[in-house]
Amino acid sequence: MDVRMRRRVETVAVLAAACIFAYAAWVGLTQAPPDREMGDVQRIMYAHVPMVQMMLLAGTILFVCSVLYLFRASWKTDALAEASAELALVFGAIGTTLGSIWGRPTWGVYWAWDPRLTTVAILLVALAGYLALRRFVDDPERRAVWAAVTAIVIAVDVPIIYFSVKWWKSLHQVQSNPGTVDPDMVHALRWNITAFFLLFIVFLVARYRIALAARMRETTVPEAGPGARQAVAS
Amino acid sequence: MELGPALELHEVSKRYGAQWALVRLSLTLRRGASLLLTGHNGSGKTTLLRVLATAVRPSSGTVRVLGTDAGREPDRVRAQVRLLSHANFVYEDLSGLENLEVLARLLGISVSAAPGALERVSLSPKDDRPIRTYSAGMRRRLALARLFLKQPAVALLDEPFVELDPAGVTELEARIRELHAGGTTLVLATHHIQQGLQLCTDRLHLEQGRPIAA
Amino acid sequence: MRLPGLLASTWVLFRKDLLVEWRSRSRINALVFFSLATLLLFSFALGPDTALLRRNAGGYLWLALLLSSVLALGESFRVERENAALEGLRLIPVDSRAIFLSKGIANAVLLAALGLLLIPVLVALLDVRIVLSWGELLALVGLGCLAIAAPGTLYGAIASHARARDVLLPLLLFPILIPALVAAAKGTALVFEGDPMGQFPSWLTLLGSFDVIYWGLGVVLFPRVIEE
Repeated sequence: MDVRMRRRVETVAVLAAACIFAYAAWVGLTQAPPDREMGDVQRIMYAHVPMVQMMLLAGTILFVCSVLYLFRASWKTDALAEASAELALVFGAIGTTLGSIWGRPTWGVYWAWDPRLTTVAILLVALAGYLALRRFVDDPERRAVWAAVTAIVIAVDVPIIYFSVKWWKSLHQVQSNPGTVDPDMVHALRWNITAFFLLFIVFLVARYRIALAARMRETTVPEAGPGARQAVAS
Repeated sequence: MELGPALELHEVSKRYGAQWALVRLSLTLRRGASLLLTGHNGSGKTTLLRVLATAVRPSSGTVRVLGTDAGREPDRVRAQVRLLSHANFVYEDLSGLENLEVLARLLGISVSAAPGALERVSLSPKDDRPIRTYSAGMRRRLALARLFLKQPAVALLDEPFVELDPAGVTELEARIRELHAGGTTLVLATHHIQQGLQLCTDRLHLEQGRPIAA
Repeated sequence: MRLPGLLASTWVLFRKDLLVEWRSRSRINALVFFSLATLLLFSFALGPDTALLRRNAGGYLWLALLLSSVLALGESFRVERENAALEGLRLIPVDSRAIFLSKGIANAVLLAALGLLLIPVLVALLDVRIVLSWGELLALVGLGCLAIAAPGTLYGAIASHARARDVLLPLLLFPILIPALVAAAKGTALVFEGDPMGQFPSWLTLLGSFDVIYWGLGVVLFPRVIEE
């Protein structure tokens, strides 16, 4: 595919994503029925749930790229890791905030120490550390290796964190989640998940390109200059 | 049967961040020879030595030391090569003897070789003061003692004459001659051209990471 | 004249690390006083209610150890950076895994010693009692310090080469250690207050599993971290 064709496809894809996003938002905000118990507040779920799912997807991509990088170093893998880490942090932070906003009128608190929420919060801090590490290392190769190592350590820890918080909390009262879901709500949720997924892809590709361009800028081998010759021992 | 060259570099380049320290350098050095490496600060001398020592991997190109591919078997190369660099690889809080004893144990040789190595560079094995108290000249000598603990097949010396008084320079020249006489292949990077030319059989001049006709 | 194997190298380097730590006793003294100071800070910040302080004593112990570990780990790698000693080790050559194991265990030993020093202080300051056995307490302190040391050594090596290393190390390390912190603090609280529901073994197991996973991961990843 040549450049012009690719640009056209991309523009169409971005526009399609935007349209689907608008449609999904409309469905979620107006067409889906309000919740029996919580009312309209429940509509935040149509943004909160997809965002958290995208965070998990980004986190998985980060982990896979990090492992791949250690087996076979490639700037593409490193750039994709950087892009997905940032997206995981952004989507996760916004998603958690939305959940918090939902939590206040529903549970009466902005925050609850339940295992999933706590694990996500810790993961967000860990991701911030990962991105700080990337910022504080100048050499591209070392940055890529150390970032990959850090991401693997974080990924391995996520299930451990989840279980330890679960045991920790089991001594205290656990908040329960709402039960069965209305089919109209499922419909709205599905559209929103699709919309946020497309949004995620658009951002990921864009951010990946930026990261890859930065790597490429740091990596060209110059031609041997004038006056150079092979040095041979006499 | 003639053994292969001590060093073979082919199109070696090394990048640090956005700066290129070595640019498509190729080099061959036969065993037992001694190479004088000259060039301004920042010309790539230190980087070249570090690539030869396998302290860093080149960004591209191949390095063979004594027939071994440094990229594939760095440990095998390391066992044969010793680097004498700006940093001394020592622990400030330990004494000279203690530092050498740790090195001896890690080299798999007897700890009793340590006092001898110290005496050869005119340091006293009985001196149990920490390295922290050493003068610059004493540190240089201790770094050299590391080489004498187990004479390497290839010795890479990065500006060894720096911070030495004239007497120290003469002494170091003698020690380097001893090393070379013992069969060690030498690469000596220095601004002290006079000493370098007297000690070395070959010469390589670097400018901005490229070899230049001297 | 063969190079020593993994265990032999680890032992040589472990002795070297302890010797270096012993030689810089003044730094260790400073570390001890730092950890005592943090205990005092917690006591003052969280009020004079001694019953409350006693209940949270386990948490304070591990927070003090965690904060001290950042200093200890930073120091442990500063010593290696001073004259590029770590690089010197690599070039001998020394198996990178031996460097990880020796440094990790040396750091764990230092932290455990610190922990054992802080316990009598807690007993005196906050009037805690050792209700469970000393053996269980020692096992907990041992496993907990090993838990801090494994990712601590891995991240310590990374941070020591990066900018803003004083901030980067705790930022990287603390989120990872939360499970270990939870297990160690909870276990210690049970040691101090009794364990009617028999939960102590679960926390010890969690801590032990964390250790196995992170020491294993460290041995695999550390060589990649220090290779250039």
